[in-house]
Amino acid sequence: MNRPGLAQDILSLTGEHLVLVLISMGIAIAIGLPLGILLTRQPGLKAWVLGFANIMQTVPSLALFGFLIPIPLIGGIGKRTAIVALILYALLPLLRNTLVGILGVDAAVRESAIAMGMTPRQLLWQVELPLAAPTILAGVRIATVTTIGTATIAAAIGGGGLGVFIFRGIASVDTAQILAGAIPAAALALLSDGGLGWIEKRFSVA
Amino acid sequence: MTANAAVEFRNVSYCIGGHQILDNLNLAVIPGETVVLLGRSGSGKTTALKMVNGLVFPTSGEVLVEGRATTAWDLITLRRKIGYVIQEVGLFPHFNIAQNVGLVPRLEGWPEERVDARTQELLVQVGLEPERFLYRRPRQLSGGQRQRVGVARALAADPRLLLFDEPFGALDPVTRLELQDQFLALRNKLHKTSLFVTHDVREALRLGTRIALLDRGRLEILATPEEFLRSREPETRAFLAVLELGPQTNTDTLT
Repeated sequence: MNRPGLAQDILSLTGEHLVLVLISMGIAIAIGLPLGILLTRQPGLKAWVLGFANIMQTVPSLALFGFLIPIPLIGGIGKRTAIVALILYALLPLLRNTLVGILGVDAAVRESAIAMGMTPRQLLWQVELPLAAPTILAGVRIATVTTIGTATIAAAIGGGGLGVFIFRGIASVDTAQILAGAIPAAALALLSDGGLGWIEKRFSVA
Repeated sequence: MTANAAVEFRNVSYCIGGHQILDNLNLAVIPGETVVLLGRSGSGKTTALKMVNGLVFPTSGEVLVEGRATTAWDLITLRRKIGYVIQEVGLFPHFNIAQNVGLVPRLEGWPEERVDARTQELLVQVGLEPERFLYRRPRQLSGGQRQRVGVARALAADPRLLLFDEPFGALDPVTRLELQDQFLALRNKLHKTSLFVTHDVREALRLGTRIALLDRGRLEILATPEEFLRSREPETRAFLAVLELGPQTNTDTLT
C-alpha cells in the first residue's frame, strides 16, 4: 500500500477525528456532570433522566445517526449531527458515574460535614466532588474511549474522521484502507484510556 | 420551664412513617452539665440528639438552643456553634488531620496562623503529638486515634455545646475507658455543656451528671447517677441488671 498522500490523509483524518471527539466530550461533560449533580439533589428526576440516557445507549449507533438526520436544527448531513449523536452516547456513563460517585460518599462523612455547618455549596465542592472524583473520571474515561470508537461511524453521515477510511475501504474491499482508519482509531482509544486512567489514579488518594 | 437552659426539649414528638420515635419529650439541659441520653436501640435517643443541631426537626413541639427554637436559627450558624462527635467519626478521608481539625475555624474565616495554633493546641489536648499526626490521613490512624481527632475537631471553634452520638461505641473496651477518662478530664477543664448518647449504662453512670433514660421514645427517668441506681422504674432496672452481671466469668459458674 504505497499510495502517495496516504500518510497525509491519515494525519488530517486523525485530527478531524480528535476534534469530533473533543467537541462531543466537551459538551457531554458540560451537560452530564452538572446534570448528574442535579440528579443527586432531585431524586424524582433520576429515573426519567437515567431512563432517557439508557435508551439512547441501547439504540444501535448507526441507527441513532440515521434517526437524527431528518430532525430539524440538530439533524442533517454532516458534523453537527454526528456530534449530537456522540453526545447522546457519552451521556449515560457520565451521568451514572457522577451520580454513583456522589451518592457513594460515606454517609458519616456527609453527615459530619453538614453537622459542622457546611453550606450545600461547600459540601459539594470540598467533600462530595473530591471524594467522587475517581468515579467521575472513570466515567469520563469510559465515555471517551467509547466515543473514539463510535465516532468512526460518523463518516456514514458525512461527519468525517477516521471512519472515512473504513467506509471507503469496505466499499472498495480494500483492507489497507480499513486498517488505515482502524489502527489510528484504536491507538487513540488506547492512549486516552491510559492517560485518563493515570489522572484517575492521581485523584484516588483518598 | 428553665429560663437559661442551654438546650431545652419542649413537648417534642417525632413521627415518621407511622412510627412514634419520640413521644412528648421534655428535658432541659443546664449549662455546664453532661446529660446522657441512655436507651436501647430504637429508643429515639439519636433522633433527639440530632434535633439539637437541626439535622432532624420535631413533628410537634420544639427544641430550643440558648432559648431560641432550632426552626428560628440560621442552621449554618447554629451548627457551627455546636461540636458534634459520632461513632463513625466521619473524618474527611481526603483531608489530613490538620485540615480535619481546622475545618470549622476555616469555615468561620479564622486567619491561617490562628487555625494552625489552634489545631496544634487541640491535638495536644486530646493526647496526640502534633508533629506525629498533623500531616497524616485519617486511614493511617487507629480507631481510638481517629476518635480523638473527632473530639479535637468538635472542639475546634470552641463551641459551648457538644453533642456525642455513641462516640466510643466502636472502640475496644480498653481504648473506650481511656477516652472516657479523657472526656472527663476535658470536661473538668473546659466546662462545656454536653449531650451524650449511649446504650452503655456503665458509660452513662461514669460520664453523666444526669441521665435521661428513654424507652420507646418516652423519657422514663431523668436522674443523677446516684438516683438512677436507686430507681425502681422497669426500664431503669433492666439497664441496671447489666451491671449486676458484674465481673462474673465462666469460672464462677464452673465452681
